[in-house]
Amino acid sequence: MAAETQPPATGATGSGSNHGLRIFLIWLVLALAVDLIYWFVIGPNVPPGTLGSAAQGQRFDINVMTVMCLPVMLMVLVYFGYSLVVWRHRQDDDEDGPPIHGNTRIQATWITVTTVIVLSLFGFGTYELIAPNGAGGGEGPAPIWNPPGARLTVAQQRAPWSPGQVLVVQVIAQQWKFTFRYPQFGGFETPNLVLPEGQWVQFDVTSLDVIHSFWAYQLGVKADANPGVDNVAYTKTQHLGNFTVRCAELCGLWHGAMFDYGKVKSVAQFESWVSATKTQFASVTSILNKCVPYATTYDPTTIKAKCSGPVMNTLGLTSAGGGWGSPLDPAGP
Amino acid sequence: MAIETEPGRTGTGGEAGGAAPVRAWWMRPGLIAAIIGAVIGYAIGHWLGNLITHGYPQAATGGGSPDSNDTPIVLGYLFLVIGWLAGMGVFNDLGRLMAGRRVSGEYAESRGLARYFRFTLDHKVVGIQYLVGMIIYFCTAGLLAMAIRTELLSPVHHVFSSAVYVEIVGEHGTMMMMLMTSVILGPFGNYLVPLMIGSKRVAFPRLEALSFWLTPAAFLILLSALLLGGFNFGWTGYAPLSIQDTVGADAYFFAFGLMGISIILAGFNILVTVICYRAPGMRWSRIPMFVWGLLGTAVMMTLAGPILVGGCYMTLTDRTVQTAFFSDQLGGSSYLWQNLFWFFGHPEVYILALPGFGIVMEMLPVFTRKPLFGYRMAAAGIIGVTLLSFFVWQHHLFDSGINPDMRPLFMLTTELISIPTGFIFLVGMGTLWKAKIRLTVPMLFALAFYFNFLIGGVTGVYNSDAPADVTEHGSFFVMAHFHYTIMGGLIFAFMAGCYYWLPKMMGIKLNQTLGKWHFWLMFLGFNSTFLPLFAVGLLGQPRRVFEYARHLQTLNDWVSISSYVLGFSILLFVINFVWSTVVVRERATANPWNSRGLEWLTSSPPPVDNFSRVPVVLSGPYEYGVKDAPPVADLNPPVGVLAAAVSDIDTARAEA
Repeated sequence: MAAETQPPATGATGSGSNHGLRIFLIWLVLALAVDLIYWFVIGPNVPPGTLGSAAQGQRFDINVMTVMCLPVMLMVLVYFGYSLVVWRHRQDDDEDGPPIHGNTRIQATWITVTTVIVLSLFGFGTYELIAPNGAGGGEGPAPIWNPPGARLTVAQQRAPWSPGQVLVVQVIAQQWKFTFRYPQFGGFETPNLVLPEGQWVQFDVTSLDVIHSFWAYQLGVKADANPGVDNVAYTKTQHLGNFTVRCAELCGLWHGAMFDYGKVKSVAQFESWVSATKTQFASVTSILNKCVPYATTYDPTTIKAKCSGPVMNTLGLTSAGGGWGSPLDPAGP
Repeated sequence: MAIETEPGRTGTGGEAGGAAPVRAWWMRPGLIAAIIGAVIGYAIGHWLGNLITHGYPQAATGGGSPDSNDTPIVLGYLFLVIGWLAGMGVFNDLGRLMAGRRVSGEYAESRGLARYFRFTLDHKVVGIQYLVGMIIYFCTAGLLAMAIRTELLSPVHHVFSSAVYVEIVGEHGTMMMMLMTSVILGPFGNYLVPLMIGSKRVAFPRLEALSFWLTPAAFLILLSALLLGGFNFGWTGYAPLSIQDTVGADAYFFAFGLMGISIILAGFNILVTVICYRAPGMRWSRIPMFVWGLLGTAVMMTLAGPILVGGCYMTLTDRTVQTAFFSDQLGGSSYLWQNLFWFFGHPEVYILALPGFGIVMEMLPVFTRKPLFGYRMAAAGIIGVTLLSFFVWQHHLFDSGINPDMRPLFMLTTELISIPTGFIFLVGMGTLWKAKIRLTVPMLFALAFYFNFLIGGVTGVYNSDAPADVTEHGSFFVMAHFHYTIMGGLIFAFMAGCYYWLPKMMGIKLNQTLGKWHFWLMFLGFNSTFLPLFAVGLLGQPRRVFEYARHLQTLNDWVSISSYVLGFSILLFVINFVWSTVVVRERATANPWNSRGLEWLTSSPPPVDNFSRVPVVLSGPYEYGVKDAPPVADLNPPVGVLAAAVSDIDTARAEA
C-alpha cells in the first residue's frame, strides 16, 4: 500500500517526495500500532462470542476485515489530516495552487491496489461462508453447504437422534413469539429452546404469518422466517451457556417484544430435559401429531380445518397446534 | 439538440396565446385552487370506492381487519392527487392543446412571491420550491427521529405505546427515504444544471414542475397515515405484513408510489437536459462533476423508479381487489416484494449518495485553487457506481433463504462497488496535494463528507461480507452504516450546497459565523450519535425495537442525548436560513467563492432566460492555476457561431 501515498510527480519542486515520505511514515507507525492493538486487545472480545461455531467464525471474519480496513481508513485520515495542517491557504496569498490534472502512475496503482484488496476480501468471505457450512445464515430449503450428516428430508429429520448426530430443531415464528419443535423426539413443541453441548444443530426456520427473522445472537445464527418456506441454518454448540433469541425483521406491533432465551446444556442434562418435556406435553403432542404432523412448513389456514375448535383453545401453548394469529385479524392473538 | 433553434419557443411559457382569461380567485391556478381540488377529489374518490365495494364483503374487508375497506381510501387518494394537480393548473395547457387551441402564457409570470406557490415552468423557481420543500420534509422526519431516540432512553419505561412507536419508526424511515430522494437533484439539480451546462432551459419544464408538485401531495398523504392508525412495517413494507395491515398502509403505498412517479419525472428531465441541452463546446470532458453526479443519479432514478411504482401498485391491488401477488397460499410469494423493493431500493441508496459525490468534487477545486485530480477517474467512478448499483440488491436478503447459493456473487458485486467509490477518494486526496486549502463553511462540510463517507463506506464492506452480515443484518450496525452514508454523506453535501450556492440562487449570503457553529455542532453531534450505534448493533440490538437489553442503556442514552445536539444543530441551520434570507438579506458579491464555474458568470440570481445568448464553452471548469487558461465560456459569442454549429449538425445529419 506504500505506493498509494507516493506524491504526484509535480516536477515543480523537489519537496514532493518529502511530503509523501512523511505521510507514509506517520501512516506506517499508526497503522502498525492500531492493528496490533486491535488484534491482540480488542479482537478477542468482539461480539458475538464463541458459544456457537458460527459466532466464532463471524468474530474471526470481523477481526480479519478490521485488520485490513483499519490501515486503509488510517491512510485516508492521515493524508487528510496532513493536508489540512500543511497545505492551508495563507493570508494574502492569492496565487492558485499547482495545476496538477492527474498522475497516471498513481491512479493505476490505486486501481490495482483497491482491486486486489476487494478481490481478496471476496475470496476470504466466500471461503468463510462455505467452509463453516453457511456461517450460521439462512440457506433456504435445500442447503448445499452443510455439515456431514445434515438431515435434509422429513424422514431423516424424524429419525431418532443420538449424540454426535445433527440435532434438528424446527423454529416456528408467528406474531409475536417463537415455538420450537423437536422432530427427532416424537415431534413435541415447546416455548423453550434447549440445545446439547458440542453438537451440530440444524435450525429449520419457518413462519405461520408474516416474515420474521430468527436471531440466536450468541450462537451466530440468523435466518429469516418466511411463511411457506423452510429456511435452514447450521451452527455447532461449543460450550455451556445461555443465549438470546430476538426477532430481527420488523413483524408488526410487538416486534420489539418478540424475544426469548435459550440454553446450551450438557448432553446428559439435555436428554433428561427432553424426556421431562415429552412427559409434560404428552397429551398435547399426541393431538398435535394427529392433526398437524411434523412438516417443513405449515399452512395456518388449513390447520384450522384439521384441528377443530377445542384443540385450538386447549393447545394455545404451541404454534402449529393452535395459537396462531389469523391473517384476517391483525389485532390477535 | 444542444442549441435553441426555435426562438419562438424559448423562455419559460412558450408563446403566449393572448391574455389568459381572468378567473375568480378560487379558480385561479395555484395553491388555493389545488387545496379545494384535493378536498373535492378525496370526497369523490371515497364515495366512488364505497359505491364499488358495496355488496362485496371480501373486497370491503380486504386482508386487513373487518373495519378496513381499502378501496375508498386508495381511490380517495387517487382523486385527491388529480384534484390537487388540476387545481394547480397542470392540465390546463394539455386541455388547450387537445382542444386545438394555443397554450396560454399563464405559467410564464416570473416575478413576485406568488410564483413560488404556483405551477411554473421556470426551472429556477422550481429549484427554490424544492429547496424549501425539502427542508420542511427533512425537519419533519428529523423530529420523528428524535421521538424514536426519546423512546430509546430507557429499555423498560415507555414514552409511546408499541403501536405509536412503530408508526413513528415507519414514518421517519419512509419520509427520509422517499422524500429525501430528490434532496439535491430537486433544489440544486433543477436550479443549477441548466446554468452549469449553458442552457436557457431544461428539457421538460412541465414534467419538472409536476415532479415537484407531487411531493407535497406525497408528503401529506404519508402523514395522513397517522390519522388512519399508521403502518407497522417500517420503510421497507415487507409483504405479507403489509397486506395484513390496516388502512394506514394504503397511505404508505400510495405516497411511495406517487413519489416514485415524481423521481422518474425529475430524473428523466435532468437526464435529457444534460444529454441534449449542453451549450456548444460543453464536451463530455468539460462537464462539471456535479452534473456528472446528477447524470448518474438521473439514470438510476429513471430506471429504478418504475420498479417501485409497479411494486406499490401490486400491493395496492392485493389490498383492494384481492389479487395475490404476495400471498404464499394463493400462488404468490412474499419474496417477490423483497426482490422488487430492493431492486429499486439499492439503486435508491446510491441515488442518495451520488449527488453528494458530485457536490464535494465540485467544491474541492474551488477551495483548494487547483484543478480536479483525475477528472476522468472521477467520472468513471460515478458511472461505475451507477452501473453496479443494479446488480447488488440481494445483499439485503443474505439470510432470507432466497438464492442462498448466489450469496458469493452478490458479495462480489457489492464489494466491487468500493472500487469506483475509492476513485472518489483518490480524486479528493489528489486534489488536496500541495493545495491552498480555504476552510470556508462549504469546504468544511465537503471535508466532513469524506470523513463520514469513509466510515460509512468501510462499514458497508462489513455488511457485504455474507458471514459477518449474519450478525450485522437487521441490527443497529446496518442502521448506523446507512446513516453514515446518507445523513453523513448526502445531508452534509446538501448543507455544503446550501452555503455554497444560496448566494447564487437568492443573491444572499448565509451568515458564516452561524454556519461554522452549525457545522461543528452537526459534525460532532452526528458522529457522537451514530458511531456508538455500530457497537450497539454488534452487541445484539435489532432495529426498530422499543425494548432492549439493560446493559445497552448507557450507550443508548449517550446516543439519544447526542441526537438532541444534532437536532439542535439543524435548528441552528433553519434559524440561519430564515435569518439570512428573510431578515438580514445581506447581498452576496457576484462570485463570492471566486469560482470558475459557468453558473457564476451570470448575475445572482440569474435572469429568467439564464443567458441572454447561448454561451460558447471554451475550457473546463477546474483550470485553476493553469497559465493562460481561457475563461470557461464566452457569454457573448460572435454572431454566426451558433448558426455555424447548427449547420454543422445539419450537415452531419444529412450525411448520416
